[in-house]
Amino acid sequence: MSLTLEDTQRIAKLARVELSATDCRETQRQLNGILGFIEQLQAVDTKGIEPMSHAVDAVLRLRPDTVTETDRRDAFQAIAPEVENGLYLVPKVIE
Amino acid sequence: MNALYNASLRELSAALTAKKVSALELTTLFFDRISRHDPTLNAFISTDSDKTLAMARAADARIAAGLATPLTGIPLAHKDIFCAQGWLTTAGSKMLSNFVAPYDAHVVSRLADAGMVTLGKLNMDEFAMGSSNESSYFGPVKNPWDTSCVSGGSSGGSAAAVAARLIPAATGTDTGGSIRQPAALCGLTGLKPTYGVISRYGMIAYASSLDQAGPMAKSAEDCALLLNEMAGFDPRDSTSLQRDAENYTRDLQQSLHGLRIGLPKEFFADGLDEDVRNAVEAALNEYRKLGAETVEISLPNSGLSVPAYYVIAPAEASSNLSRFDGVRYGYRAPEYGDLDDMYSKTRAHGFGAEVKRRILIGTYVLSHGYYDAYYLQAQKIRRLIAADFHAAFEHCDVIMGPTSPSVAFALGAKSDDMLKMYLSDIYTIAVNLAGLPGMSIPCGFGQGELPVGLQIIGPWFGEAKMLNIAHKYQQITDWHRRAPENIK
Repeated sequence: MSLTLEDTQRIAKLARVELSATDCRETQRQLNGILGFIEQLQAVDTKGIEPMSHAVDAVLRLRPDTVTETDRRDAFQAIAPEVENGLYLVPKVIE
Repeated sequence: MNALYNASLRELSAALTAKKVSALELTTLFFDRISRHDPTLNAFISTDSDKTLAMARAADARIAAGLATPLTGIPLAHKDIFCAQGWLTTAGSKMLSNFVAPYDAHVVSRLADAGMVTLGKLNMDEFAMGSSNESSYFGPVKNPWDTSCVSGGSSGGSAAAVAARLIPAATGTDTGGSIRQPAALCGLTGLKPTYGVISRYGMIAYASSLDQAGPMAKSAEDCALLLNEMAGFDPRDSTSLQRDAENYTRDLQQSLHGLRIGLPKEFFADGLDEDVRNAVEAALNEYRKLGAETVEISLPNSGLSVPAYYVIAPAEASSNLSRFDGVRYGYRAPEYGDLDDMYSKTRAHGFGAEVKRRILIGTYVLSHGYYDAYYLQAQKIRRLIAADFHAAFEHCDVIMGPTSPSVAFALGAKSDDMLKMYLSDIYTIAVNLAGLPGMSIPCGFGQGELPVGLQIIGPWFGEAKMLNIAHKYQQITDWHRRAPENIK
């Protein structure tokens, strides 16, 4: 399985990473190098093997449904790129 | 006074308790070494002397009041992946180059509560993705033993700073070898505990099912003292393990008589440099003198650990790093059109090349139609790799081998060939996939008089035993006391 230029652009779009036409070819080459390397996993017989998603097979804990966080809005907004009246500003989404 | 920069944590603690030196004097001593040598090494991303001096004064007051812990007044520095309130916390990335953390990581607050004095934040591969510290936005770290060589990575700043005696100890993190490999390449002792032993709260996430923090210092005893403070349950990390607290120094002096050391034949096969092999073999002989016996074992699937890792870790990274969008904190591209364009430009300019590669690979392996073939298959192979260790520990108490297939390589030597770089973690990655504890201790020198690391892999929760095994070796050898002579 190797990626075309169009595949590479599609993945970059999904990942929200802008990729210029000039960089796309080099990125395609590098990604195909890595995919070629991980291709060897396909040859392994894993029939009946349970996927291991975590290092420890633990169940997520439950905690009492109580408020534990304090209001730190000012501290968090102070480090944001653009805020106004306590809101985070982004380009207009709805015309 | 000068000898203090070579002193162990126990010696520093004794000097502080006996009032032979104050925390403020120690801080000044190490700050002086940082200002003299860090322009060459580039181990630090930031320092903040006002904050540091305030911590040192508070430590002196605490010692005077008789309320000191064994670590009070001892300086250290944190890998810049740990959030520290009011400190610049960059993860080695342009994306966070302006990020002042609004809270403390668990590890940071625990060590501060013990009275340790933070000297600064240490350089690292961007978002901990790398094995040479060359992917840092803040430039590569130089190896103090030979400044034309890499420090290893991703905890390269931590390793170089301790090796050059700019700090007595450091924190690091290890997702695929990022504590052990730089510790090996710089001649340090570094420990990655069992997954879940140290809280990941406030540690900027790379691959959450693999990330684990740990201490990096000159000796096993120093690591044990640090681990005593770093380990423990934290409800703020959903994978933090609820276990009784341990005293990791308790077994340091135990005899190694009858210890069964497993040697995986796959770790001594082709691809291992002769100089590294010789140093590791010599260390194994020392262990035989200490009463241990060696048995050959096999980890048949360990060769699949690197490709499996480069599916699982990028998949988790692509999810974790989706939070960097230029909205709530960090970098935002200066010019953009609509919202999507803002995200895409912010991420294109804010992330470096290796981080983007891993995000794209992760996005691909998780995308519709490829999930089963890549991600699920890698997770099944992960179970096979973990099962190999389960089977091996039926025949041995601990596993040993090289940490890295070579000594530190030249800066730039592998930066154009990602796959070569990825394979420098061939002996360390399986440990993370299985969630096991692993450590590296210095065991001699190879080509170019560069340090070689011996890797010790323990069973789940075997940290105290591993520290004992490392400590006994350090009682009969002096590799861990060697320091680079060119750093005066």
